[in-house]
Amino acid sequence: MPVVKVKNLVKNYGTIEAVKGISFSVNRGEIFGLIGPNGAGKTTTLRIVSTLISITSGSIKIMDHNLQKEPDEIRKIISYLPEDAGAYKNLTGKRYLEFIANFFERNNLQQMIKKGEQIANLGDRINDKVDTYSKGMMRKLLVGRALMIDPKLAILDEPTSGLDVNNAQEIRKLIKNTAKAGTTILLSSHNMLEVEFLCDRIALISDGKIIEEGTPKSLMIKYKAKNVEEVFTKVVR
Amino acid sequence: MSSLGNIIKKEVRELMTPATFVPIIIIAILFGTLGNAIGSIEEEMEEMPIIGFIDADNSNISHIATSIFENYADVIFNSSDLSEKEKGIEEIKQKEGVALLIIPSNFSENILNNKPGEIEIFWVMKGAGIFDSLSSAAVDQLITIINSNISYELISTNATVNASIALSPTSRDDTTYFKGKELRGISPSDVAGVLSSQSTIIPIVMMMIIIMAGSIVISSMALEKENKTLETLLTLPVRRVSIVAGKIISSALIGLILAIIYIIGFSYYMNSFQISGSIDVVSLGLVLSPSDLLLVGLSVFVTLIAALSFCMFLGTMAKNFKSAQALTFPVTILALIPMFMTMFKDFDTMPLALKGLLFGIPFSHPMMAPRALIFDDYLLVLGGIIYVLIFSVVMIIIVVYIFKTDRLLTGSTNKRLSTIFKKKN
Repeated sequence: MPVVKVKNLVKNYGTIEAVKGISFSVNRGEIFGLIGPNGAGKTTTLRIVSTLISITSGSIKIMDHNLQKEPDEIRKIISYLPEDAGAYKNLTGKRYLEFIANFFERNNLQQMIKKGEQIANLGDRINDKVDTYSKGMMRKLLVGRALMIDPKLAILDEPTSGLDVNNAQEIRKLIKNTAKAGTTILLSSHNMLEVEFLCDRIALISDGKIIEEGTPKSLMIKYKAKNVEEVFTKVVR
Repeated sequence: MSSLGNIIKKEVRELMTPATFVPIIIIAILFGTLGNAIGSIEEEMEEMPIIGFIDADNSNISHIATSIFENYADVIFNSSDLSEKEKGIEEIKQKEGVALLIIPSNFSENILNNKPGEIEIFWVMKGAGIFDSLSSAAVDQLITIINSNISYELISTNATVNASIALSPTSRDDTTYFKGKELRGISPSDVAGVLSSQSTIIPIVMMMIIIMAGSIVISSMALEKENKTLETLLTLPVRRVSIVAGKIISSALIGLILAIIYIIGFSYYMNSFQISGSIDVVSLGLVLSPSDLLLVGLSVFVTLIAALSFCMFLGTMAKNFKSAQALTFPVTILALIPMFMTMFKDFDTMPLALKGLLFGIPFSHPMMAPRALIFDDYLLVLGGIIYVLIFSVVMIIIVVYIFKTDRLLTGSTNKRLSTIFKKKN
């Protein structure tokens, strides 16, 4: 049974059609990537799945919960990492994790915070104010925040955006391990190599429509391409 | 285009936003309304005071007083019969006069026998604001003129009176009727003085709390957007109403702490101006009972919630910290207007447009409550509390609705309408 089932999703901003009837599903423990250029509708789709913005038409089911009817139930089982997210600057990294954990877990609060600290891997700096963090440290803290709650579905918008090679690799490994542990992951990325490394399946999105879908390998065979980037170029053309 | 022109064009475009103009337009409208209302007050100030008098003495000396009344006031009641006192007071009340002045039959006799001639003044006080006391101040001025004219008469006619009577031949006995109370021995200016010392602190503190807590709540929303924490917050398993309530309650707490600090400083400042007065406010009934204080507290509380929910609404429009500062401006103005209005005029004596404006601004009600409760005007206070409560509920519903729509993140709320429209089609 799919964890995410998106059917004929349409999203309009006034007269602008941002998403034009896309459908896809993501299975349990799968890493599903939405790939496309800027303005293709990736972030809008992720924001809708995260219950942040409303649907113009179509339907979304997450673990059998209807997104339009049960957004509060969905928020209990998802975790969303926006592309340019921040944290509360006056809090320390640890306090921030504690603040988030309080919404989910009351019994094993310390365990959840510990997990967040481990994922963020900031050492003693976890006790420093977020205000003093570099961009990489901030992103690692936010990834820790997103994954420490053991979500059924993690929605990651450009998870390695703005990170250097080492930090990006570390986060990719984390995502892989999280999926192996049973969390379903829906992510978006510009980085085709990242997608090829991370994703079990991908959907190529352009101008609000899914124009191709499959495993990176099957798509490379289908389009006789050396990598996903080449697939994308050929499909869009 | 030159570089300078290019920069100017870019800056103007960036500044030409609704967040820049809407607050100023609202303030311009408010000032326009205020200007019209103050214009009508000015007209009122230029008119002669409406009075009545009873001259039971009917002497040359009392005629000095009555001729001054005739020349410098609009006399609507004139008699020489002391038994018509009640009739005179009623007429003054009905015709919105200021006072009935009575010159007793022994007025000139007393003066000529080296005793001050007493003028009894029955004041009909309408309000305790600065503008309200202008007409009574005009009558006070008439008494001063009468005093000096009689003094001149005594000296010029070589009357056999001692020097102190020659210089100050009259005395006065004031009785003030105000909002159903008969206050013996005090004049309207005394009443206004007592009331203003009792009701100054609440408007100022209220204004400070609203501005302080309001700016906290608007900035908090702006910072959530600027620091990109709002999206995360909105995907957490927490009800929208809890987010809104959490922000309002925390800002209220901080606002109250700031207000307490402010009150401590302000009360020291006010105490330095306190003069131990001779007016017994308790026996005159010019104090608040414990139940009245409870109502004032309730009014302050609901107003704080109203102010903060209104600020939350403004905060949803803030894009960043800079725009939040601009949005604090209308809140400051809306807190300042009732503070000054209640200082200048009593609610009862305001023109209808000003009454509507003052009642409509929810922040006015705790500022008006103490004075209204002293004079048992429970309708205004309870009506105000109910109105502010309804305002708060409506504001919270609007804010929660905005939190449930795309507006917070995309600036548009029309999706539901478009969905309904689509369904209809």
